Amino acid sequence: MAFWTPGFIINNKEGKQKMENGVAHSSSGRVAERKRHSFLVEAAIRLVKEKPLGTVGLVITLLLLFTGIFADFLAPYGLNESHVADRLSPPSTTYWLGTDNLGRDVLSRVIFGARISVIVGLAATTISTLLATVEGIVSGYIGGKFDLIVQRFIDAWMSFPLLIFFMVLISYIGPGLWQIIIVLGIGVSISHSRLIRSAVVSVKENVYVAAAVAIGCPTSRILSRHILPNIMATIIVLFSVTVPWMVLMEASLSFLGFGIPPPAPSWGGMLSGQGRSYMFQAPGMAIWPGLALAIVVYGVNMFGDALRDILDPRLRGGMGRYGVRVKKESLNKK
Amino acid sequence: MRAYTIRRLLLVIPTVFLATLIIFIMMRLIPASIVDLMVAAGAGFGQPVEAKMSKPELEKELGLDVPIYTQYGRWIGVVPGADGSFNGILQGNLGVSLWDQQPVTDMLKERWPVTLELCGLALIIAVLVGLPIGIYSALQQDTMGDYIARSFSIAAMAVPGFWLATLVIVFPSIWWGYMPPIVYTPFTEDPIANLKQFILPALVLAGALSGIFMRTTRTMMLEVLRQDYIRTAWAKGLRERVVIIRHALKNALIPVVTMIGLNVPLLIGGEVIIEQIFCLPGMGRLILDATLSRDYPLVSGIMLLFAFGVVLINLIVDLSYGFLDPRVHYK
Repeated sequence: MAFWTPGFIINNKEGKQKMENGVAHSSSGRVAERKRHSFLVEAAIRLVKEKPLGTVGLVITLLLLFTGIFADFLAPYGLNESHVADRLSPPSTTYWLGTDNLGRDVLSRVIFGARISVIVGLAATTISTLLATVEGIVSGYIGGKFDLIVQRFIDAWMSFPLLIFFMVLISYIGPGLWQIIIVLGIGVSISHSRLIRSAVVSVKENVYVAAAVAIGCPTSRILSRHILPNIMATIIVLFSVTVPWMVLMEASLSFLGFGIPPPAPSWGGMLSGQGRSYMFQAPGMAIWPGLALAIVVYGVNMFGDALRDILDPRLRGGMGRYGVRVKKESLNKK
Repeated sequence: MRAYTIRRLLLVIPTVFLATLIIFIMMRLIPASIVDLMVAAGAGFGQPVEAKMSKPELEKELGLDVPIYTQYGRWIGVVPGADGSFNGILQGNLGVSLWDQQPVTDMLKERWPVTLELCGLALIIAVLVGLPIGIYSALQQDTMGDYIARSFSIAAMAVPGFWLATLVIVFPSIWWGYMPPIVYTPFTEDPIANLKQFILPALVLAGALSGIFMRTTRTMMLEVLRQDYIRTAWAKGLRERVVIIRHALKNALIPVVTMIGLNVPLLIGGEVIIEQIFCLPGMGRLILDATLSRDYPLVSGIMLLFAFGVVLINLIVDLSYGFLDPRVHYK
């Protein structure tokens, strides 16, 4: 649920109507009998019915949230609890995923790592998407000289590899959870505003925007009624791509030693540092944190994909915008 | 179009200028720390121990005693330095490394071919894999092939490069005793050995990118395939290849090309990690070491070079918009 952008909430009513129309088409007579669910429930039902992979993604996402929130209760051992006698031990009934070079239980650390990923992923993405949407709409819609200047600045900004930029910034302000979130959120928003802006610019070219201007529609209404709904797909796709991206970026930074400092169980950090030379003896140390990371990124991406398909009927499979079945058409050609 | 091209070329200048400004401000956020660090370290910087300097002396030596705008001017090369000569970026001088007193340009000269080769190989692999599968996936929407392609693309995006690289290093070593070569072989010396050394890191680096390109291509193809003009194209009996390539792909390409341009910095970021893991002596490893040792001239030099490369690619991307979609007007 936390994956919604505020823009989507604006779009809520419209989406509901679209969806009810869809229901009316497919099962004409029965729509009145059917109990009306709220939009959220409808969306969830459709997710489960139509998007098996998305459902898997949702389950993984919820599992990640659950693990992150209840890490204290789920982990069999403490965060930095060291069993020196059992260091580098293979998976066993005592230590399900084995122990690392300091004798810490790998499973417990992977579980605590989920918490860091949840916090960084959600907080940094929320900051970046909000900022990016505002920046993109303002620059794209105003256009002209203002847009030109802003875009040159963003050009300059985007010409830096973000990872290096973050590395240098964090080497200044010092590593830590909140430093990472703020640096990631702001840094990414500036680059991502370019995507929003290019969507705005192409939507702006449409006749209906010209029409809205011609009938004297106020700018705020044009933005919220004509521009925003039409770039919603971009925003949602952006959000869904950014959450796992942020998780990955935090892991990469921690891997390089610019993230969350070592005793904290960041998945990226667990794969680097002193532990690396012990991986040949205890390969589990190389597998589990990375696997957890990959599964989470995979799941959130899948969920985001399905969410996109459900929320934006224009990009949805099956019937196209004009009721033309694209897939059939291309198949018939063969 | 030509007027636009010229104007766009000229716009590179302010962009690079802004980039230098951003680098400079970032590098000077905490200017004192390096001096303190050097004073604390005492000896060194390529000088004998007796040459140990006090803080003001060191600041003067590093040119940190003048106002910040003068420092910037000197770095750019529009304000004469302490000895009265212009010696900055415009003169092709990126400064001197703080720790081993070597000119930054010399250090970069040895390193950039490695980085360029790795990034170039990875980008080519990613486009060659991502675009065709993305198109296929859109055309076969909701079939088994589409699901497999999408799962593959999301899996490719999900697997972190540094984890994949770690596995590629750890497991072949455990199973077969194989280690990737640690000594770098230049392409000019032995092309085969060089490619052998680069192909594994390039594949690891291309993984996530190919997933991104695949996903973008698919989304955009799906959107374009629903447009009126595609239906018209089918209706007037054009061949499938013409409809898909000339009508659909050409229109879907703008966001895809944007995505390629956007991802070059990401590529370079990944490259930093991959170079580190595979022991390739490129600029990525250099900047990592330089950041850790706070070698500001070196860090700014590398960032500037990266920024310049990305600016060039963005220029190409921007120019391609007009070529790909004549409706886009440049004013």
